[in-house]
Amino acid sequence: MDLTLPLTKEIVKSLKIGDVVYLTGYAYTCRDAAHKRIQNTLEKGEKSPIDWTNQTIFYAGPCPTKPGKTTGSIGPTTALRMDPFAEMMFQQGMVAMIGKGSRSDFIPALCKEYGGVYLLGIGGASAINTKQIKSIEVVEYEDLGTESIKKLYFNRFRVIVGIDTAGDVLQTREIQKYKRL
Amino acid sequence: MSRVIRTDVIIPVLERLVKKACYELDDNVMGALRCAYKAEQSPIGKDTIEILIKSAEFAKKEQIACCHDTGTCVVIMEIGQDVCWEGDSLGDQINEGVRRGYETGYLRKSMVADPLERMNTNDNTPAVLHTEIVPGDRVTITVMPKGGGSENMGAFKTLLPGEGMEGVKKFVLDTVNSVGGNPCPPYILGIGVGGTMDHCSWMAKKALLRPIGERNSKPLYAKLEEELLTKVNDLGIGPLGMGGTITALDVHIDYYPCHITALPVAINFQCNASRHAAETI
Repeated sequence: MDLTLPLTKEIVKSLKIGDVVYLTGYAYTCRDAAHKRIQNTLEKGEKSPIDWTNQTIFYAGPCPTKPGKTTGSIGPTTALRMDPFAEMMFQQGMVAMIGKGSRSDFIPALCKEYGGVYLLGIGGASAINTKQIKSIEVVEYEDLGTESIKKLYFNRFRVIVGIDTAGDVLQTREIQKYKRL
Repeated sequence: MSRVIRTDVIIPVLERLVKKACYELDDNVMGALRCAYKAEQSPIGKDTIEILIKSAEFAKKEQIACCHDTGTCVVIMEIGQDVCWEGDSLGDQINEGVRRGYETGYLRKSMVADPLERMNTNDNTPAVLHTEIVPGDRVTITVMPKGGGSENMGAFKTLLPGEGMEGVKKFVLDTVNSVGGNPCPPYILGIGVGGTMDHCSWMAKKALLRPIGERNSKPLYAKLEEELLTKVNDLGIGPLGMGGTITALDVHIDYYPCHITALPVAINFQCNASRHAAETI
């Protein structure tokens, strides 16, 4: 199905594991170092530099952009590393995370509690992903290089729902189907 | 008779190899991905492999990184014992070649100067260099960009000698199960058995460079490779961990004699973007 960003809580709630979704609209890249910096900012009692309400976070750090291209190769990184920050970001208003791989056991419960989803991209398909990105610009923490926060525009970027608001996990369901050992 | 080589001649070689490795998966890897596409039984897994193949083809055509994580730059130099180097430090020249490759190739800079302070070096140096002395007067340079997703899932354990073959199998399958889809399957599993802690890990890494489909020359290990390949795929983890019948493209094991007290085993994962390029000078 096709969805427009930013998502709403209602739309997020309608998503079910295994749904293939094509996203169009703005999202933000944010990964390890930027999450850590947001955490430090919040701990000091200051506000996050970005309003995360209803936003979708793409755990990604792209390659530099070649001249004449829109973006360098870009794809999801291991989401597990952002697990310690997930609740903090949900509290900031985030509704969807795009990453790859499995999450910690407490993430499905957080998705249920906050009404959020974990969306799966494909690790390694970073060249072809560039076709679905129409713009990308650094908006915060430029000194972090590839780990800076970037605002990007997806044009039908393909993801699969990995964890839904019911707390169901796609990988758990699918791996059981093919497990023979 | 020694052959004199100026150290600066390797700079353009490194620059070229870094780009080629990051842009182009070789025919062996592409062939393995195409076979995996045919064999995969899960619809999600099949779609995933198809997208990986299309992405790799697009990367080669456009000369862009096939995966955004262009990795730690592992450089392997097999140096003929008759070679005599002349000029500035070989290590510095290698890093200069790597620096130029990542810069002019628009490749991601993923190295931090200090693991605790974590400031990016902004040029993807330093490389991790392995050298081996071999007969002859030639030098073979292999560049192997190694992404974090798969590298971070590696494991090492010194088993008790009595645990033997069954212990090795258990350690491998337990590790594969625990890391699930995180090393970006379909992957290659490199396994070192024996040696010391450092050498065992090195064997696991180097085994990843062996062409997919090629078995260890010793039947004992060839048989173990085939058995582990079947068992790993029977775990159902599948492409990117979303379930399926193809988790590993291959399992490569190398062994080395070891101490009477030890049975070291190292596991190194190579993600679906199995990148390497080599030249001989």
